[in-house]
Amino acid sequence: MTTRTLAVVSAGLSQPSSTRMLADKLTEATVAKLAEQGIDVTVETFELRDVATDIMHHMLTGFPSPKLEAVIDAVTGADGLIAVTPIFTTSYSGLFKSFFDVIDASALDGMPVVIGATAGTPRHSLALDYALRPMFTYLHAVVAPTGVFAATGDWGSSADSVKTLPARIERASGELAGLVAASDRSANVTDPFALERPFGHLIGGLAGE
Amino acid sequence: MQFGIFTVSDITQDPTTGRTPTENERIKATLTIAKHAEEVGLDVFALGEHHNPPFWSSSPTTTLAYLAAQTTTLQLSTATTLITTNDPVKIAEDFAMLQHVADGRVDLMLGRGNTGPVYPWFGKDIRQGINLAIENYNLLHRLWREDFVDWEGQFRTPLQGFQSTPRPLDDVPPFVWHGSIRSPEIAEQAAYYGDGFFANHIFWPASHTQRMIALYRQRFEHYEHGSADQAIVGLGGQVFMRKNSQDAVREFRPYFDNAPVYGHGPSLEEFTAQTPLTVGSPQEVIDRTLGFRDYVGDYQRQLFLMDHAGLPLKTVLEQLDLLGEEVVPVLRREFAKDRPASVPDAPTHASLVAARNAARASGESTAPRGAAFGTAAVKGA
Repeated sequence: MTTRTLAVVSAGLSQPSSTRMLADKLTEATVAKLAEQGIDVTVETFELRDVATDIMHHMLTGFPSPKLEAVIDAVTGADGLIAVTPIFTTSYSGLFKSFFDVIDASALDGMPVVIGATAGTPRHSLALDYALRPMFTYLHAVVAPTGVFAATGDWGSSADSVKTLPARIERASGELAGLVAASDRSANVTDPFALERPFGHLIGGLAGE
Repeated sequence: MQFGIFTVSDITQDPTTGRTPTENERIKATLTIAKHAEEVGLDVFALGEHHNPPFWSSSPTTTLAYLAAQTTTLQLSTATTLITTNDPVKIAEDFAMLQHVADGRVDLMLGRGNTGPVYPWFGKDIRQGINLAIENYNLLHRLWREDFVDWEGQFRTPLQGFQSTPRPLDDVPPFVWHGSIRSPEIAEQAAYYGDGFFANHIFWPASHTQRMIALYRQRFEHYEHGSADQAIVGLGGQVFMRKNSQDAVREFRPYFDNAPVYGHGPSLEEFTAQTPLTVGSPQEVIDRTLGFRDYVGDYQRQLFLMDHAGLPLKTVLEQLDLLGEEVVPVLRREFAKDRPASVPDAPTHASLVAARNAARASGESTAPRGAAFGTAAVKGA
């Protein structure tokens, strides 16, 4: 049976957290879609709160603690990523952004990602497309066309009854599952200490050869 | 094995008194520190290069030339000389000159620098950092080994029949170390030329340093400069000592907590667990430093950062006393144990002259293997 790894990053802060709930819903749906294709999925879920001070220490010292390094390795070495943040002050939370700030800028190259966000009102839903999507595009990740935004009302009586939250999750997870099925990132993790070219070529290359 | 100190030349407020030394005070203090390093029996003093406050060391060869006149055995080096933004012709000239006035007690460590705006200040593009380091060093290497150089490259005006002057002392260039924290290209460059590789080490977990050194050793052997365990390795270290461990921690903590590089971040305890920083008794420093050999192998040079983060001159001199009297003699003795005879010492001018003369006597070509390859690979050469 084919296997894939799926990393899930949630920047929710409270317990229980609606951000984590959305992340879990997206995860369940994606795992189910991949199972339909005969693909077994290993899921690793990370709450950024658990490494919040480690992230800030990394920013200040330039290197990760062993605990944070394990999270970064798991996330950057996965076949796909579910990234969900609360919307604070019209954008992703500082914690969410800081985590991606301390990851090497090339570490998410080609990573299939589905983006999700939560907020108190649906009026912030475009934050997915003006904040999260450009960030992952800059990192050369492959962002699924559908992002899932869950306002507080989506969890209860004032939910969107036409394009329902479950329907949006279904659509986004289907897109991610397709990308993850085709991804072989976890098999191709490169050694950061490996050289792309031998040294003679580095010198020769400068002379335009 | 060589032991010494390196400084980044920072002018930092003493967080316990709120006082910031003047430029002149800090410059004079550094000269005193360097001279005291020799007095307590250390081998090496290495000085950084910066072009913006709060650092003062923009002209290392001027400082090192003064120290050459004030000392008799101290090996004078840099940590680091900017191979990216300096003209390699000027580096060739400055360090050959320093060799002559210092009677050969000179080597240098090349680095790319860590202050982004230095590149545009000197008309360079930081995105070309690695390529600048590679091309500039290729030229520097030739200027010291070929009397007349024809050269054309991407980053500097061409040279026709150029001779840098003065020629290296005894026609033997200063030994070069390449310093890098995280670029495998630089470890490769050091290996390619058979030069030394220095891992700053002090702000990074040991596992990282271990991998960079392993890469350098493997590539050194690949380029046929010797076996992997004969590659020339240097490490940084950072210590603060008092007779009693608790006194060291109590005294150093405010300096750690407010230090420019890591202050206001992880605790002293976390940082000492995750990096080679050691704050404690001389015996703890000895044990920790001896442990470096476990993950990089037998190595040639150990430099300690002793005078940063606003530590007052008096304290730094006391630290050097402890280092010279209690720590380094034990390290010399212990590192010598079980060290294979095939592992070389750090090259000095005398050893490089002797090696060159031996090669001449046996009729071998003295042209370094890497130089021939590099020359052929550069268009127009």
